Amino acid sequence: MAESRTRTYLGVPLYRPRVAFFEFSSCEGCQLQILNNESTLLDFLSLVEVVNFREAMTERSEDYEIAFVEGSITTEEEIKRLKKIRKNAKTLAAMGSCACFGGVNQLKNRFRNPASAKREVYGSHPVDSGPVRAVEDVVGVDLRIYGCPISKDEVEKIVLHIAIGKSIVVPKYPVCMECKRNENICLFEFGEPCLGPVTRAGCDSWCPSNRAGCWGCRGPAEDVNLRQMRKIMEENGFSEETIIDRLECFGGFLSLMKPERGRHG
Amino acid sequence: MIFRVFEKEELKQLFDILSDHNRVVAPVEAGRDGSGRPVYAFSDVREFNDIRLNHTVTKLPAKRYFLPFKEDLATFTIENDNWHKSIAYNIEQPFILFGLHPCDINALNKLDKVLLHSVYPMPYYAAKRKNMFIIGFDCIPQPYCFCRSMGADTALHGFDMFITDLGARYFVEILTDTAYNFLRHIRTEEPGEDDHILYMKVVAERNEKFTAHVDTTDLAKILDMEFQSDVWKYWGDRCLACGTCANVCPTCYCYGVEETVDIDLKGARKTKMLYSCNVMDFAEVAGGHNFRPERHTRLKYRYYHKHRGFVEAFEESLCVGCGRCGESCLADITVPEVIASVRGSGRNE
Repeated sequence: MAESRTRTYLGVPLYRPRVAFFEFSSCEGCQLQILNNESTLLDFLSLVEVVNFREAMTERSEDYEIAFVEGSITTEEEIKRLKKIRKNAKTLAAMGSCACFGGVNQLKNRFRNPASAKREVYGSHPVDSGPVRAVEDVVGVDLRIYGCPISKDEVEKIVLHIAIGKSIVVPKYPVCMECKRNENICLFEFGEPCLGPVTRAGCDSWCPSNRAGCWGCRGPAEDVNLRQMRKIMEENGFSEETIIDRLECFGGFLSLMKPERGRHG
Repeated sequence: MIFRVFEKEELKQLFDILSDHNRVVAPVEAGRDGSGRPVYAFSDVREFNDIRLNHTVTKLPAKRYFLPFKEDLATFTIENDNWHKSIAYNIEQPFILFGLHPCDINALNKLDKVLLHSVYPMPYYAAKRKNMFIIGFDCIPQPYCFCRSMGADTALHGFDMFITDLGARYFVEILTDTAYNFLRHIRTEEPGEDDHILYMKVVAERNEKFTAHVDTTDLAKILDMEFQSDVWKYWGDRCLACGTCANVCPTCYCYGVEETVDIDLKGARKTKMLYSCNVMDFAEVAGGHNFRPERHTRLKYRYYHKHRGFVEAFEESLCVGCGRCGESCLADITVPEVIASVRGSGRNE
């Protein structure tokens, strides 16, 4: 490893951080995304020293600089574990919609009576599962990697920028920019709902390019005009329920529409 | 100027001759919308029958063929501590734009002023522009077309030949010797007095069909006066800041540049991406300061660039009145309505 420590880019030594991956309440699909892209996997792994990655290796270490945290926080045990990770890590990256916003899991927060919902699903089996929280609702977060799942390209870029000391920039504009670049016909033309105009870009309009309307997994773009978006959805004949289902699905828009939380009985 | 007329079936012959050795880009049907109406787009075409010469307007202009949404300005190969830079203008062969409407030809003429005939021409644009053969085609004005207000309803130059449908035959205006030489391969004839009369009749009938208008009288001055007007706030409140208007605009040329390094550290690239001044990131500079953090100021400056700044610099507007921005805007913000509101009439009152 000593040799790779001295690796350089244009004569400047690379920073090769010790990184760890952790999962909380999630499907671990984001971690799998990282392992997915075999063609660049070795290059990616050569930029970091992975010391903890349950999906990929058995060795474990508590000595790391960057912690990539996947999943939402739902139990007391998770809170304790997350706080310990925060203490160990210099940089903590919330990875994926669950970590950033609570993700699909946070839909359960909509129930006014969670105890009855829990009974319905688990019966009398005791399950330690409280309200769903995003990582940043429990500990400080230095970096957010959006998406459900995350885009491998984006993670590669982030890690590369850490290695060569380049700032990390994510788009503030919405998905429409990428969708137009991809020359797609707007889904509203087909009469399909889409959150592209209010959702943060960076996914390269993954869903709309495949004729599926955006569900907002990357959360809101900056300076988002949600009021107008809802009006447009309404004018295009979509029900209030359709609109709210989309906006609530991944949890990214919740902070912009708080009064409606807990409307389900 | 040379005029010819030819029988309609000759056009396929002309296409076949042109496409034999050349790449042809033309309007095609890209799909159908929810109401079953065709959606048109410019695309590479091999079969004459795929071309839709009666198309209304394409959702996206032909802009990407000379100003791609994304284009590498330079690529770098890196070996040890050294690097080598390569520049390519990203055009492999000349190409033919078959069936460009007058608004889109005028859009090219406007872009030429900035990107070709200015102090610092853009070689990436010039290389493509110099390798383009343009066949203009007349159109039927749609309810959203206000090109006549912008003086862009007819094209005087910027094409090689321009074809007008006279009903039974085509009337062609020839501007270049390349076009003249191509036309020698099909049967054409000198137009007679009857053809001239028919041409003028067709043009007069087309002029009757324009319904959307923009009053451009003193517009640059009025925009100056109304810089602080509340109407900008009104439109800004509607705007989604999604950038679609600029992406579908045939004359928006603003761009951002991103430098990226390949994950294997063996290469790097400098990529130009067309941008929109309506999006949040547009006026953000190093250090994080944003000169235009508000939607309504961004929207306003887009109108100022089109209808004021460009007019001061080039004595004409940077808008051709194709209506694409208004048609694509989910928030229903249209140029005729915005300009009318600035002039003191419109729905915001």
